[in-house]
Amino acid sequence: MADLKHNDEFLIEEVKFADVMEDGFHDHHHGDKYQSNFITHYIFSQDHKMIAKQFLITGMFWGVIGGLMSLVFRLQLGFPEASLAWLKPILGKWIVVSDGVGTLDPQFYYALVTMHGTILVFFVLTAGLSGTFSNLLIPLQLGARDMASPLLNMLSYWFFFLAGAIMFASLFLSTGPFSGGWTAYPPLSGLPQASSGSGAGMTMWILSLVFFVVSVLLGGINYITTVLNLRTKGMSLWRMPLTIWAFFITAILGLLSFPVLVSGLFLVMCDRELGTSFFLNEIFVGGQALEQVGGSPILYQHLFWFLGHPEVYIIILPAMGLVSEVLAVNSRKPIFGYQAMVLSILAIAFLSFIVWAHHMFMAGVNPFISNIFVIFTLIIAVPSAVKVFNWIATLYGGNIRFNPGMLFAIGFVSLFISGGLTGIFLGNSAIDIPMHDTYFVVAHFHIVMGVAAFFGMFAGVYHWFPKMYGRFMNDTLGKIHFWGTMIGAYAVFWPMHYLGMAGVPRRYYSFTTFDFSSQFAETNQFITIAAIITFGFQIIFIVNFFYSIFYGKKQTTRNPYGATTLEWTTPINAGHGNWPGGIPAVHRGAYDYGKGGREYIPQIEPVSDEEKLFDEEHAH
Amino acid sequence: MNARSMQYQNNRSKIHPKKFSLWVAMGSLCMMFAAMTSFYLVRQASGNWLQFELPSAFYTSTAIIVLSSITLHVSYFLFKKGNTLGYRMLMLASLILGVLFVYFQLVGWDQMNQDGIYLDGNASGATIIIITGLHAAHVLGGIGALLLANLHAFTLPHKVTETRKLRFEMTYTYWHFVDILWIYLLVFFMMTL
Ligand code: HEM
Ligand SMILES: [Cu+2]
Repeated sequence: MADLKHNDEFLIEEVKFADVMEDGFHDHHHGDKYQSNFITHYIFSQDHKMIAKQFLITGMFWGVIGGLMSLVFRLQLGFPEASLAWLKPILGKWIVVSDGVGTLDPQFYYALVTMHGTILVFFVLTAGLSGTFSNLLIPLQLGARDMASPLLNMLSYWFFFLAGAIMFASLFLSTGPFSGGWTAYPPLSGLPQASSGSGAGMTMWILSLVFFVVSVLLGGINYITTVLNLRTKGMSLWRMPLTIWAFFITAILGLLSFPVLVSGLFLVMCDRELGTSFFLNEIFVGGQALEQVGGSPILYQHLFWFLGHPEVYIIILPAMGLVSEVLAVNSRKPIFGYQAMVLSILAIAFLSFIVWAHHMFMAGVNPFISNIFVIFTLIIAVPSAVKVFNWIATLYGGNIRFNPGMLFAIGFVSLFISGGLTGIFLGNSAIDIPMHDTYFVVAHFHIVMGVAAFFGMFAGVYHWFPKMYGRFMNDTLGKIHFWGTMIGAYAVFWPMHYLGMAGVPRRYYSFTTFDFSSQFAETNQFITIAAIITFGFQIIFIVNFFYSIFYGKKQTTRNPYGATTLEWTTPINAGHGNWPGGIPAVHRGAYDYGKGGREYIPQIEPVSDEEKLFDEEHAH
Repeated sequence: MNARSMQYQNNRSKIHPKKFSLWVAMGSLCMMFAAMTSFYLVRQASGNWLQFELPSAFYTSTAIIVLSSITLHVSYFLFKKGNTLGYRMLMLASLILGVLFVYFQLVGWDQMNQDGIYLDGNASGATIIIITGLHAAHVLGGIGALLLANLHAFTLPHKVTETRKLRFEMTYTYWHFVDILWIYLLVFFMMTL
């Protein structure tokens, strides 16, 4: 049997692929116009690889903005007495200075919390994560020249950009951005006069989100069509890497759930502008009764969470896909239970549509109906546990390479376990009743979704950075970044469980006036300090990222990790169209590691006779 | 052939990726209207829901949009057969019928107003106006596509190419979609109101 060297030869530049699918892409001179000038190459690009980078860098921009916002409101929570006057040059009138002591305007505190949630959930962890990696990897790992519609793909990015621009502009409104929470429940969202952020701020919030949904839908349509129609020869669905399965199912989830959000926002808009009363009922503002009667804010919650719960899986599934791939490559082992992994993605996706009311146990939902949602919610733990088990089994006995991508992937597994367990607490309506809207929930979803999805994203960025820029990110800085973030994130969110169990409610401006919560003053200080330090570690990542684009260690071989998948068969810095000749055909699944004494066998290598024999022997 | 269409040479299924994308998009739109109609049901169940007769114009518009689907489909057959006159005339007829449909929806809303059913009144009327309005907005998109198809029909020489067939098929697929969607909504309102 051939050894590792054989593998490398199989992929070095001059070697022809064993089998290619000739699609005639290069026979016709089509004058790659979009490569030819700066604007069409870097800005209005239709190359999926460039669009991926646009999503990533825009996502990073929003990550910094959203992260800084959280530091400001954490300062308020950790150090309510301290003067924030030094922030006045940035925040202007939102810092009220009296006697030299600057305090954060409570209204703006709510705006910050709302914007932090909206930005992180939608702009960073949806667009920045799935936009980046679906774009980068779907064509490359499936053997396609590009997405089914490069034009729609480009539009998808620019709608995202537009959504961001509107949200960004809303930050500078004199009445402030929307401040009713990222879930935008009425009446705070439905009545322009409800609070200062509910006026123009909310109008812009809705507008921004509608454009955002357009972006998600255009992207999703493309991802689904590409996966189903443009796979290379031999790439059956069951040979697709788990990354692709995850992106594919994520896109379906988005397409089925985001339109429901649009419906809800549309009705909110009608309540605001047209005087309907879908969600409003007998409300008094400033001592005056409003005319609108008969509406129900609970109906909005149903519409919102019908999107909202699938949305959390839209965030986590791509991270799971990336982690599965990075774990297998760096353990030099096949992913444990490939089919079970796919089936559990499907099961999670299906279940995610029938659990939304677990966010509404305290909204007056009939307890008997709650029970049904409790059961479905708890069932999600089963496919989730299957995935966790399979990741651990993949690591077990592996020949593990602890590079930054791998560290973040392992960290992801740890976080997903910690956060998933608290999900099971909350999924029981009886336990959720005291826990709802406390810091316990904040801890749960930050660990399981916020930080875990970031870890998946970091794993992906470190691992596929060479695919994007032809260079590597610095390993040492990557490891420092990992340990700082891993320890920091737990330091921030672990103590929040205790706050929550004591009943400390989320979204409060200050706790000092209540006895039961003022005892947590030091805990809150600790959390704030940990948050600032953890943010500092992210700066290391950003510096490393941009430095490495220009000065990182150069990628010299096509397949630096010895991975099996197709993206490593293209030239380094591949042009538009990805493969210079025909597209390589595929002969096996994506996880042939350590098979028959060989370290790895690329998907493009035909199955040899010896191997067939080996497979038959092992089938019994 | 250009780079774009070359790219589809490795298409695996019988259906063209663009058409497939359209189907995916229509699936997504279905969810939007499913959300709207389930909102309707839940809102209705919570009471304070006035009953009224659907305006008669909605039935007229139904007949019109069904007819327009038929003319459009026949136009497609004539296009493939090479019957230029028939193709063009029925194409134009479909467009006119499409515009008429929206006109009769307007008449319908006006009839509702005259019966004292307003957008800012009871939720039953408001919900129906909103849902039919949202549907009409999607019909307007279809009218845009029909306008383009008419432009092609009347300005381009009548040649049956793959690209033009595909365009035509996508146009009528979407048009039938808004047609069926309307029938669904109408039956839904008739059964529940
Ligand atoms: C074992 C699986 C899980 C269960 C049983 C579970 C259960 C729950 C429950 C019952 C709540 C509502 C708590 C309350 O508001 O009182 C909740 C909140 C939340 N969960 Fe989970 N969860 C699970 C996994 C996840 C995952 C994987 C994610 C994301 C990737 C996630 C994201 C969230 C978010 C974002 C919220 C809070 C939303 C908000 O109120 O702002 N959960 N979870
Ligand atoms: Cu949920």
